[in-house]
Amino acid sequence: MFGSLLGSFDTSLFDEFRRLESEMDQLFGRGSLPAGIRAMRRGTFPPINVGATPERVDVYLFAAGLDPKSLDISIQQNLLAVSGERKVPVDEAADYYRQERFDGEFRRVVTLPEDVDPDRVDAKYRDGVLQITVQRREAARPRQISVN
Amino acid sequence: MTARQEVAKREPTEVQAKAREQELVLAPAVDVFENSHGITVQAEMPGVSKDRLNVQADRNSLLIEGDVVIDLPAGIEALYADVQATKYRRSFVLSGELETDQIEANLKDGVLTVRIPKRAEFRPRKVEVRTA
Repeated sequence: MFGSLLGSFDTSLFDEFRRLESEMDQLFGRGSLPAGIRAMRRGTFPPINVGATPERVDVYLFAAGLDPKSLDISIQQNLLAVSGERKVPVDEAADYYRQERFDGEFRRVVTLPEDVDPDRVDAKYRDGVLQITVQRREAARPRQISVN
Repeated sequence: MTARQEVAKREPTEVQAKAREQELVLAPAVDVFENSHGITVQAEMPGVSKDRLNVQADRNSLLIEGDVVIDLPAGIEALYADVQATKYRRSFVLSGELETDQIEANLKDGVLTVRIPKRAEFRPRKVEVRTA
């Protein structure tokens, strides 16, 4: 079961990431073009992946240790905004050697394809990944046309 | 084709495969802190479930690793990706005063907490000052 999921990630999705990345490198890698208006610096919390099928768009936020109640998810047309707060409890009596984990408020805005339907959005939180699924409008899907 | 040509042809792909394998692994962000009882490591591993997690310790080292499994619909294509790996791995060198056979690990919502207690004789003792 996991094998097939992981398999699809390893092959299709991962190769796709790789291809996108190398295309992005070619396009944006030399600093000749300005970054997207909503792009944030690398390492911004939480990291986001966005994937699409003809039926839906899935947004994955890799945000471990969140209280789902602290999340505020809103969508306006094709702009998805997620904000929230992650608190990392601090042990006052301890000496810290490393503090790499993000602590505090965050907000990320993602531009989705224009044909998403803002009325059909679903969100779930599992194993520290927030997955937001937005359905796409029927009209935008590829349609098979038969020849009579 | 001569053998030499074949070797020359194969080499770059092997090197690429190795580089790709290294890129596929993410180092999880961690907090490491110490109090009088021991050392605690907290690692961010979103997308890892308990059955995909591996925590190993021996006298000298602690290894944490896990596989990312997320719910992907069939035929998905990436539009954007900050996370481009499917595996987390990070290791630490331990020191002798730690009780490595008493390690406790707990995974909740993608946050792994590993507690490594100190041997009793290394816990700081409070020295009472008696007044005469």
